[in-house]
Amino acid sequence: MQALLTLLVVFAGALLAGYIIISRVPPLLHTPLMSLTNAVSAVTVLGALLVFEEAPGVVFGLLGAIALATGTFNVVGGFAITERMLKMFKKH
Amino acid sequence: MDPITLVVELVIILVFLAGFGLFRSPVTARLGNGVAAAAFAAAFASVLLRHGVTWWGIVGAALAVGAVLGLAVALRVTMLQIPAMVAFQHGAGAVAAFLVSIVELNRAAEDGASIGKWSGLVGLVLGAATFTASMVASGKLAGRIRQTPVVLKAHTPWVVATAAVTGVVLVAAALGAGAWLMPATAVLLTTSMGLGVLVAIRVGGADMPVLISFLNAAAGLAASFCGIISGSRLLIACGATVAASGTILTLVMCKAMNRHFAAILLGAKGSGPVRGAAREESGVPVGTTEPNREVPTVSSDRPASPTSDEAERLQAPSGGGDPLERAVQAARGARRVLVVPGYGMALAQAQFKLVELANLMESRGATVEFAIHPVAGRMPGHMNVLLAEADVSYDKLLEMEQANPLFPQCDLVVVVGACDVVNPAAMEREGTPISGMPVFPVRQARTVVVCNLDGRPGYSGVPNTLYEADNAVLLFGNALESLERIVDGVRNQAGAAEGAQT
Repeated sequence: MQALLTLLVVFAGALLAGYIIISRVPPLLHTPLMSLTNAVSAVTVLGALLVFEEAPGVVFGLLGAIALATGTFNVVGGFAITERMLKMFKKH
Repeated sequence: MDPITLVVELVIILVFLAGFGLFRSPVTARLGNGVAAAAFAAAFASVLLRHGVTWWGIVGAALAVGAVLGLAVALRVTMLQIPAMVAFQHGAGAVAAFLVSIVELNRAAEDGASIGKWSGLVGLVLGAATFTASMVASGKLAGRIRQTPVVLKAHTPWVVATAAVTGVVLVAAALGAGAWLMPATAVLLTTSMGLGVLVAIRVGGADMPVLISFLNAAAGLAASFCGIISGSRLLIACGATVAASGTILTLVMCKAMNRHFAAILLGAKGSGPVRGAAREESGVPVGTTEPNREVPTVSSDRPASPTSDEAERLQAPSGGGDPLERAVQAARGARRVLVVPGYGMALAQAQFKLVELANLMESRGATVEFAIHPVAGRMPGHMNVLLAEADVSYDKLLEMEQANPLFPQCDLVVVVGACDVVNPAAMEREGTPISGMPVFPVRQARTVVVCNLDGRPGYSGVPNTLYEADNAVLLFGNALESLERIVDGVRNQAGAAEGAQT
């Protein structure tokens, strides 16, 4: 029960902190912001990694491997595109 | 739960949040992206160190494939394609979310109706629905499928029925015996994927910023639920932060269009684009040799570019005089200029020519800034990225509140490929789909030069009353060519004037 409580506190705290911090991002940067959060939302690769904590069996091994690949695609692509976009924002 | 792990995870989460915090300014945003990426790497390493991994070969191969493909695509994508790419990545991330949920659900099958089981089921539904909705959104944004809203017979009842079945099966699976779990999972996967498609296909082109922001929030929420069943605090925190961000952006987009979120997703009556009239903002000629086929298919019944007869007819008299001549004179004499770009500018690839015109006017002593509507483009802030790529200094990209007071002082406003966001009908007429939507008061400027494809209504289907204004100079046709003619006109007359003096 205590574990569940911790999880809920983490969820609510992150939601609140995220709301406060991201409210201050100017519209100028909304596309890079979404691209960054896009990369971060693929944090599910950590969950995919946990699938392999113990030998998963063929079916779940396959599902886990697909999840790892698609999640990594999202993470790496997301950070890379964000970097490409932000590099273009210049002040003359 | 050992305290060291807890501290490590807390630090990683705080570093993540610090990365987001650096997005407060364009000066520090790039660092913020790096900080967030470093936090991600640390999170990955901490999971590896703490849990260890079997099947190293498979894990390594899957990671390598994902990373190489992700990087290859990220380096190739054009700024016009960014919304389609982001939607596609949301879809990819959502696949990971629902697959992980399936595996974890199966492992937790013996536990009875635990919180883990509930959240695994919710994560599965959110992930699967986000996956198909993102793929549909991405297809629409890339021009691979029709961009206009697709409304099936009894669309809303279908959505409601599918959602209801999903809900009932979810509850049954959570409360039922372990043996029920896998068949229920199969049903849930099917219905939630169907739900994603049903919701996404009825959202049209210019409403995409809302859908894509919502999918952002949904992907984050899916990750969070996935984190509860995996027992990973990192997943929960990151997912919740993303969900907060996506929610903020969704609200910003809805407010900028003065529309209710449900009206956009469920196509409620009395709101939304006039059916059949929905189309892209003007500004691009059909048949542009754009390799990524971003050209709206809805306009394919239009000729490749207006014939000269038609162009003349479309350039209806407005205050007398040759429109191009008036536009050139206005550009030559302007001291204070605001540019209002729309998605049509991007489709016509006219941003570079537009910046050339802006620089030319600045070299003649004018101040030129850009007024960016929150929903200009296909995702929140899209127009800023397109103009940043065309080398516009970001301090010249004005938000609506900054730009609005400047219009009365302007000698010239240049509208390029934007229609609904400059339509005075939004302020003056009741009962239209855009009534109450915040628009730029461009008519307050001395002269408004409009470089749109034609005089037809924008996405909303509401005729643009700006075109009837005396101070509106209408240059219909390919925006790129119109701008080119203005640039040439300003240059040639300047040259001629100097020639006459010597």
